[in-house]
Parts: sequence; C-alpha cells; structure tokens
Amino acid sequence: MSILGNRVLRKEDPRFLTGKGRYVENLPLEGALAVTFLRSPHAHARIAGVDTSAVPSTVTVFTGADIDAPPFGPPPFPGFENVPGRPLVATDVVRFVGEIVAIVVAESRTAGVDASELIVVDYEPLPVVASPDEAVKDETIVHPSMGTNVACGSGSPEHDENLFAECEVVVKGTANSQRMAPCPLEPRSAAAEIGADGRLTAWLSTQTPHQDKMVLAGILGFDPAEVRVIGPDVGGGFGAKMLGVEELLLGWLARKVGKPVRWTETRSESMVALPHGRAQRADFTIGGTRDGKILAYRLDVLQDSGAYPALGAFLPNLTALMSSGVYAIPKIEFEGRSVVTNTTPISAFRGAGRPEATQAIERAIDVFAAEIGMDPADVRRANFIPNDAFPYQTVVGAPYDIGDYGGALELALRAAGIDDLRAEQKKRRDAGGAKQLGIGLSTYVEITNGIHETEFGEVEITDDGGAIVYTGSFSHGQGHETTFAMIAAERLGLPIEKVTVVKGDTDEVEKGTGTYGSKSTQIGGMAARGAADDVVELAKKLVGEYLEASPDDIVLDTAEGKLHVAGAPSRALAWSELASRASGDGRLGELRAKHEFTAVPTFPFGAHVAVVEVDTETGRVELQRLVAVDDAGTLINPLIAAGQVHGGVATGVAQALYENYVYDADGNPLSNTFAGYGFPSAAELPSWEVVEMETPTPVNALGAKGIGESGTIGATPAVQNAVVDALAPYGVRHVPMPANGENVWRALQEAKA
Amino acid sequence: MTKIAVTVNGEKQERDVEPRLLLAYFLRETLGLTGTNVGCDTSSCGACTVLVDGKSVKSCTMLAVQADGAEVTTIEGLAGDGELGTVQQAFHEQHALQCGYCTPGFVMATVSLLKETPNPSEEEIRRAFEGNLCRCTGYHNIVRAVEAAARAGA
Repeated sequence: MSILGNRVLRKEDPRFLTGKGRYVENLPLEGALAVTFLRSPHAHARIAGVDTSAVPSTVTVFTGADIDAPPFGPPPFPGFENVPGRPLVATDVVRFVGEIVAIVVAESRTAGVDASELIVVDYEPLPVVASPDEAVKDETIVHPSMGTNVACGSGSPEHDENLFAECEVVVKGTANSQRMAPCPLEPRSAAAEIGADGRLTAWLSTQTPHQDKMVLAGILGFDPAEVRVIGPDVGGGFGAKMLGVEELLLGWLARKVGKPVRWTETRSESMVALPHGRAQRADFTIGGTRDGKILAYRLDVLQDSGAYPALGAFLPNLTALMSSGVYAIPKIEFEGRSVVTNTTPISAFRGAGRPEATQAIERAIDVFAAEIGMDPADVRRANFIPNDAFPYQTVVGAPYDIGDYGGALELALRAAGIDDLRAEQKKRRDAGGAKQLGIGLSTYVEITNGIHETEFGEVEITDDGGAIVYTGSFSHGQGHETTFAMIAAERLGLPIEKVTVVKGDTDEVEKGTGTYGSKSTQIGGMAARGAADDVVELAKKLVGEYLEASPDDIVLDTAEGKLHVAGAPSRALAWSELASRASGDGRLGELRAKHEFTAVPTFPFGAHVAVVEVDTETGRVELQRLVAVDDAGTLINPLIAAGQVHGGVATGVAQALYENYVYDADGNPLSNTFAGYGFPSAAELPSWEVVEMETPTPVNALGAKGIGESGTIGATPAVQNAVVDALAPYGVRHVPMPANGENVWRALQEAKA
Repeated sequence: MTKIAVTVNGEKQERDVEPRLLLAYFLRETLGLTGTNVGCDTSSCGACTVLVDGKSVKSCTMLAVQADGAEVTTIEGLAGDGELGTVQQAFHEQHALQCGYCTPGFVMATVSLLKETPNPSEEEIRRAFEGNLCRCTGYHNIVRAVEAAARAGA
C-alpha cells in the first residue's frame, strides 16, 4: 500500500520539540561581531548630517556615504522602468520610519545598541505622504526622479462606456484589504563570513536561498560560485522573508570588517523593517440581472507600494488575473495603480494578490445579492463556472485547470448545517436581542505556481541502501522533510525512515527557487519524484549487470524494496544489497540522478462558511465557527495539509477581525510592536472545521495543487460577509476590515443615522 | 557585574552577569541553551517561556539577577536526551508545530498549565495561552495536543 495519503508524523519535529532547532541566531559562529542598524524615526526627512563623534572607538560605524554597493532593485517587472532602487543605507533622504541610516559593528549586541544611541543624526523633516490617497495627489513626490508617486499600473485604463449597459441592477462598493504585518515568530536573522578561500558564506532566515545567492553575488560583486547561502531552520516566512537590504549589508560588512558578523532583528525593528503585506483598496462595480446572473464587473484598485516599490507594487497583476473568481463573468475591467508612500515597503504576504481578488469579488457578490434580495448562496450557484467547462479560461486570461465550485459550496453548507443556522438566526432576529447571528460564505479559486516555475530535485542512494533527496524547494515550516521523503520513498519502495531530505544549502543543492506561492509540492515534490524515478532506471541497469539480465527485464517491487528479474522474484537485489555491492565496486555514484520539473499553474479552490455572533450594542464580534473546504487536489499528507489550512484560516480571520497596521498622518507607525498590533492568540479564535475535498489536477502526476495560502484566501471574506449578514436587519451593507468592535459600532451608527 | 547562582535543568550554574541581562539571554548566550527562543520585545509572544520554580515565566520579562537562587527548567530539561516527554510527544502526534519557533514556549506553558489544571476544557486551554503567539498552526492542533497530553496524564 502506498504511503501517500497517510497522516505520517513529521520527521522534523523531534529537533524542534527538544530545543535543537537550528535557527540562524542559534549558530555558534565564534568571534562574530554584532551588527546594529540605526533606523530613521522620521517618515520623510533630509539627512543634514550624521555625527558619530560620541561613539566609542571600540565600535565601528558606517553611514550611507561608506557604502560602495549599488542600490537594491527594483525587481525586473514590466512597468517598473521608472522605479528607482533602494540604497542599502540612506544617504541624503529617508523615506519611511525604519529606513537604515547608520550601521554599528560591535563586540556584543548590547554594546552595539548602546553605541547606536550615541549617534546624532540631523534630520530636516519633509512633507509626508502617509497614505495612497495622499500619494495620488502628487503634491509631494517621494522619489523626485519618478516625477510622480504612481510606480506602475495594472490591468488596463481602457474603459467600455457600455460595460454595464445590459445590466438590470448595478451596485458599487469597496473592498479594503488593509495593511498587515506578516509576523513570522522568528524575526529575521542573518550571519556572514568570508572564509580563508575568500568565499562568502551567508546564513539567512529566508525562503529563497538560491535566489539570495544570486542577488548577493550581483550586488556585492562576487562570482556566484564564490557565494554560499545556507538556510538553516527558519521560523516562518509567509512571503516576507525574501532577501532585503539587511542581508546584503551583512555580506558587505563581512568583507569590509574581515570578521564574521551577525544580526537578529528585534520584534519592534521587524515591525517596521520586514516588508508588510496587502495594503490594497478595490472599488468595485458589479452588475447583472434581477434573477442573479452577473453580467459585468469592474475593479479600480489602489495599491500602496510603500517607500520603495518592489513585489508588492506588482501584486495587483495577480489580483487582476484572479478577479473573475469562481464565476463565469462575461465582461470584466480592471484598472490598478500602485503608488509610493512614506511607509514600510509592501511585499508578498500569505496569499499575495489573490486574497485581495477574492475579497473584492466575494464582497461584490454579497452586495449584489443583498441588492436583489436573493440568498448569497443562490447568486453563487447561478454564476459558477460549471464542472464540464474545464479547462476554462476566464475573460481576464486565467487558465483554470479543474474545478468543482458548486460541489465545494454544497459540502461546506452541509457541514455547517446551513438550515439550522438560518433558523437560529431567524429566531434571534425575531426576538430582537442584542446578540445577533451572522452567516457568511465565500467561494474562491486561487493560483499556485503562478509564474510557471521550474524546480530542481536530486536523489542519491546511500551506502546503506537509503536515499537522500536534495531539493531546491525550501521548507520553513511546511514539512517538506516529511512530504518529500514520502514522495521519494513511495517511488523507491523504501520506508520513509530511510529517506533524508537535504535543502537550503547552495553548496549541497545545485539549484532551486525556494518556497513561496504554494508551489513546492507540485513542482519541488514532482522534481524529487522524477529524480527518484530516474534513480530507479539507473538501478535497473546496474542490477541487470549484477544479475546478468537485461535492464529491460528488471522490475522494482516497491512493496518489498527489491529489484528483481521480471517473473523471477527470487533473482533479486534489495536496495541495501545493491547499495552495498555498488559501494564495494566503487559504483555507488551511478545511483544518483538530477531532475528538473516545470509546470503550468494549478488553481486550488474551496468554500468557507463563517458563523459570527455580533453584540449590536457594543459592536463586539465573536467568531463561533469556521467551516473550511479547501481542495488542493491529491493530498500527500493530510495531517500536514490540514495544518496548512488551520494556519491559513487563522491569518484570514486575523485580517477580517483583528489586524490592521496603522500609520498616523505624519507617517508614524502606530502598530510597531506585538503589544500594539492585533495578532490574535488562541483565546480569540475557535477550533476550525476542516472538510476534505480532493479534485486532482491533471497538471502533474501527483495530482497535487497548493495548500499553503488557500485558508487565508477563503476565510477573510467569509468572516467579513458573516459580520455584515448579522447586521443586515439594521440596514448595514458594509463593515470595513478589520471588523472589530469600533468598525462594527460605527457601521451601526451610520446605518441608524 | 553581579554574581548569581541558578539551578538550570538540575545543574547549578554560578555566573557573573550584567544587572540588565534578561533571563532569556542568560539562558541562550551565557549558558548556550538556545532552545528558548525570543520572538518579541514586549512580553507578548511567549516564545521564551520557561519554568521558574515550576511556574511558567516569560524569560524576557525577568532579569537574570531575579532568578538568583531559583530553579529554572527549559525545553532542554524536559526529557532525557533523544527522548520526548508526554507533552512533547502529544505535540508531535497532533502536528501542533510547523516552523517550531514558538514551540518550546508552548510546550513549557502546557507543562505549567497541566500541573495547575490537569484536565482543562478547550476554553481553559485557550485562555491559558493568551500570552503565547503562533503564526503557523492557527492554534487548532496546539489545543488538541494539550487535550491529548492531559489524557495521557502529563
């Protein structure tokens, strides 16, 4: 029986459970100097001078003038031609609270912090662009070389005047996907040293070791072969742990000071320095017939890029691609602008562009349903792309692989007990008490492996007949050491205990893209699978030789872990026997294969039902239940997949109800600690009701799609819709996120007014 | 510098420390016990939770000098080398960890909770963990693990 599809406990757990996690900050790195970054307390200011005269001679200080490396970025996206890079350390102007203005290198962390407080920076404050609405006015230009605050566009400015001409009903609304801090529990951490051979080794808390190696080499002027990046254990990334200026500076400093250097963010530092996510507002217009058929949809998107446009400025393109959601909408228009503000730069965060798309269409469907007085589930049913339409290309060009959107919704509604819930809701409404029940739905589709990536895998047989999988994917909590071992074990016919996964060291793994965008199993897992299959073919050759049979006649018995002559199971070599013999002959190296796997995207989908209780007197919202159907195709390890859903749902709920990264009008962050940011604990959340659904994708032989971000994408609009549903009898049509007590209370007061 | 004597995982440790040194960094940097992770600087996340005289304490909220004379247990001291204690085993079986960074803190908080409340309800568990943050698991399996550990008599 195949190991795939079983709830296999994780191989990586014991080291984490016994305090042996190998996070960067835990590396011994004898003699390393501590790096402290002095950061700007101003959102926008000219640096008139930096006085370091009070700093003791026992530490070394560098300012922007000392940095001889070029600016970082901008990323090579289309439309970014006008966007400047980010200086590694600010020279003349700081553009957000948290931008680096000086570096202290000291014997200890405390000595570094003490010294940094003695540096006097003379700032001349400049007018601040604290919000996208300010930015579009172009009254103050954050980057004068751009001549505007608009970094790039997305979608198309073309507008069909007759877009809604055939619609009987047209409604408008706003979906705000407020700014969030990704908050991996391990803050960023990096260390670097130049070895005796002149090579740079960088230990990074990252998601993308191989990509980081190329960027480090490019910016710092190394031959890529002279750079080694090691990603040890990483305490979460959620999209935010891509290479930043800090990691580049660690590499620069290692060479400059000639000693190993290390740095670990404090949380307060991380809250301003690690990129943020979301920060997108979508104004929607949706139109259709009175019986619920959607005919046209338009989105006008304003994306906050932060001070230095990077990946976040590009993400509205993904929002545009996924704007049709799970619905067959004949006409869609999308026009987006990404603008520069004096705030922390925006990058990817769990979902990255797709939660925003789902948020907009799922709110729009509910607003439309309310307008025509139809059950939101019925409006969804009337507009789903039907099962027999796949593969299906939406009018905005997304090539959906496979879907059963109606099936997911019915499954979720049944699991939630929708009829009983509606009856309970009616009872409470009729009774007129303060605590009202809200039921919210969302049906979603998302895109994983969105940019058609290639991943690398290599498998070798060890001298004891086990196997090592080298993968270019980079697990930072996702459990690849288990999942990929299962995939290879199944192909090789080995017990999972005999398969080890190696990742994250660019000297040990030839190439890789890393882990983001929920793509790893479908391409990294497939590459490992392909390499295992290639090793089996190589083994057949060797076994044929040893058993004096044609390689074509050798078969692998995966149940027994033996290669034998077809029809003669006794003429066999087990992996351990083969490895031992090949090892003795100096031929073990023949049992090693590299494999690359490239694929088109897959489109996971699902349906969520949220149940909230809203206190209409105080505005307090309590999430009581969340039922999640997330179809990621064939599950390799349902235990790990469910864990991904749980965490994703929690983040989705956090956006719907709790988290909001706020700046004041002067660009001061008001959410820059864990004490001032609404990161929910277990006390604010219920247990999740996860319902399995598996519709294999035809795109890869595993049938696997992504699962890392689905929960986040589905949960947010379901919860927000539930809050609005609870307040419907009071005339409330919308509550902005986070739908916390204040926003709910305000919505109720506005509806009463 | 101040001289302190702290019993950590059953071993007496005498050290000269700066008065401003936090217990978390005393454990991590002075003693090299890096299993205790630090996740914030506002005593919000609980990643650094250890037991001080049997009770859970966020080791970033306590100075090392305040631990003078105390008995401290860290994640490294919970079970024998290479073994998992009851709570650790429950976390493993219930998939209550992903990136692992918050895990030592949750495990130590669980040990403390079950000592005080051997059979907590789900609500009691969730309230007890108000001061421990996890970004990966959505807490669902952590709650299951505490329930399982309670059943196993931890």
